[in-house]
Amino acid sequence: MPTLTYRDALNQALREEMQRDAYVFLMGEEVGVYQGAYKVSRGLLEEFGPTRVVDTPIAELGFAGIGVGAAMAGLRPVIEFMTWNFAVLALDQIVNSAAKLLYESGGQFPIPIVFRGPNGAALQLGAQHSQAWESWLSHIPGLKVVAPATPADAKGLLKSAIRDNNPVIVLEGEMLYNTKGEVPEGEYVVPIGRADVKRAGRDVTLICHSKTVAVALKAAEQLAEQEGVSAEVVDLRSLRPLDEAAITASVAKTNRAVVVEEGWPHCGIGAQVVDVIQREAFDHLDAPVLRVTQADVPMPYNRQLERLAKPSPDKVVAAARRVLYLD
Amino acid sequence: MTTATAHAPKDQSQAELERRMLRQMLLIRHFEEKAAEAYALGKIGGFCHLYIGQEAVAVGSLAALRDDDYVISSYREHGQALVRGISAGAVMAELFGKATGCSKGKGGSMHLFDAEKRFMGGHGIVGGHVPLGAGIGFAIKYKGGNQVCICYFGEAAVNIGAFHETLNMASVYHLPVIFCCENNRYGMGTAFERVAAVTDVAEHACSYDMAAEFVNGMDALAVYAATQRAVERARKGGHPTLLEVRTYRFMGHSMSDPLHGVYRTKDEVEEQKKRDPISQLALKLKEDGALDQAGLDALDAEVRAEVEEAVKFADASPDPDPGELTTHVVAD
Repeated sequence: MPTLTYRDALNQALREEMQRDAYVFLMGEEVGVYQGAYKVSRGLLEEFGPTRVVDTPIAELGFAGIGVGAAMAGLRPVIEFMTWNFAVLALDQIVNSAAKLLYESGGQFPIPIVFRGPNGAALQLGAQHSQAWESWLSHIPGLKVVAPATPADAKGLLKSAIRDNNPVIVLEGEMLYNTKGEVPEGEYVVPIGRADVKRAGRDVTLICHSKTVAVALKAAEQLAEQEGVSAEVVDLRSLRPLDEAAITASVAKTNRAVVVEEGWPHCGIGAQVVDVIQREAFDHLDAPVLRVTQADVPMPYNRQLERLAKPSPDKVVAAARRVLYLD
Repeated sequence: MTTATAHAPKDQSQAELERRMLRQMLLIRHFEEKAAEAYALGKIGGFCHLYIGQEAVAVGSLAALRDDDYVISSYREHGQALVRGISAGAVMAELFGKATGCSKGKGGSMHLFDAEKRFMGGHGIVGGHVPLGAGIGFAIKYKGGNQVCICYFGEAAVNIGAFHETLNMASVYHLPVIFCCENNRYGMGTAFERVAAVTDVAEHACSYDMAAEFVNGMDALAVYAATQRAVERARKGGHPTLLEVRTYRFMGHSMSDPLHGVYRTKDEVEEQKKRDPISQLALKLKEDGALDQAGLDALDAEVRAEVEEAVKFADASPDPDPGELTTHVVAD
């Protein structure tokens, strides 16, 4: 199986879906001539031309809405935001148009659209450029939200997102684009709504998604080496719909859980996961579920402060030790 | 009378068009009057924005469109929905929240839809649907069609960023869209000149290198002619147009708002009513000898009966099944 970067896996998914369906087009800032702010769309303008790879002005609200309108009239737009920080300007179109049109029209207007781009912090970009938006987006009925952690999942989930007849939010990561992994060639789709056990274990479940999958996997290694603890790493992959069965099955096995996410703690994804666990696996729990999140502050610029604000393997290990009553 | 004979076909079709427009305006007027009554009786809930006074805009502009063109509007869209051919019964039933409504009772007054008639809604956020109109134009162009999309919004939407972002992109991408601003002078209770630095909406088109026209919105034929020019521009070259159609609403902003309110005088409203688009067109048809008083009365009675039927239909229709609560959240 070929090894690809996360960036190239997304590029492959876009290329294959654009080859497969002439109504799929890519629109966003710098997607064409510049080849993508993060080079995800490299080569697509040359292959598909300016009708299908459309550069936009810096007008997130406007081009997100153009995408939704195009979807109403039968196209399958992929809207790229340079980052999700800027997509906040487009929330009216995502929340009020894309997510609601099917319902308020009594089922007449499905909106097959993908909104994608990097989410969460990179390195020292400051408060406005270092935010994780998944809990905001996952709150909205009518949207689907996916957050792939590996190149293979990135390809498979983006292909599923493009084929889905609903608005799908694809959360990528600046720090993930260069990561490498094996990616199946050709037709490879990952169903939306299915979590994936990235490492099997017996003693504690680490529930994570996107960039925190790597954090949890490192923590699991440390736990194995330092404590002889066998941690299971469950990658949610989809945040809406959430794979409640996978969460429950793992916790029923390990009886302990730590939820790791890049977002802020208040009303975060972890809060929703904890709700699932207390509802569906209450009798299996041997300890309260703990969460590791970004610190409840705007992201600082200073490198040391930023490191302190982010989830880290050490923080996950510390939380796991607590739910295992090792401290 | 050879001259008259030679002109007869054209005159006849023109008179027919004008009679059809008059009928459509009467339908909207009486429909909205009944909606106000039903609202007072508690049969319609939530917000309900009436179109009384603005009838010539929907009627004149939509007469210039083909059936395969697209229409998208704001929350003051009962008029456009009716003219587009959604039955008065289906629109009234939607206002009543019934299962037989054009959005199955799940949209309401502000969210009327009919995919077959290419009526793309009824949208509730001021200016939020303006980019959607451009997106529909984008899809038309992408597929190589020669349809157009007409997008209606009030003058208050002109102060929203989405309006400016959209006009810019519609012009850059050469989209076949007619942006039809219904300038009724008040955004809810705020006079446009109190909150807009540029009060001639059409002037905004200059910023986006777009064609524009000021139109008398109380004259259905003037609106028709201006829209025809905009349609031609869109069909032939994919050029968008901004129409500023100057109109006036005789009723409040919504049903929660008194007729005149504190933001305008009764005298102003009464003065504007002298420009009533329905009486103006009826007078023209009479002067042209195309319609007499008996004919007008018959037309009026016919339309009133249609609206009565619509109310009966809405009243008799069932509520949506409770199971409808959770349908249409996501598509298959």
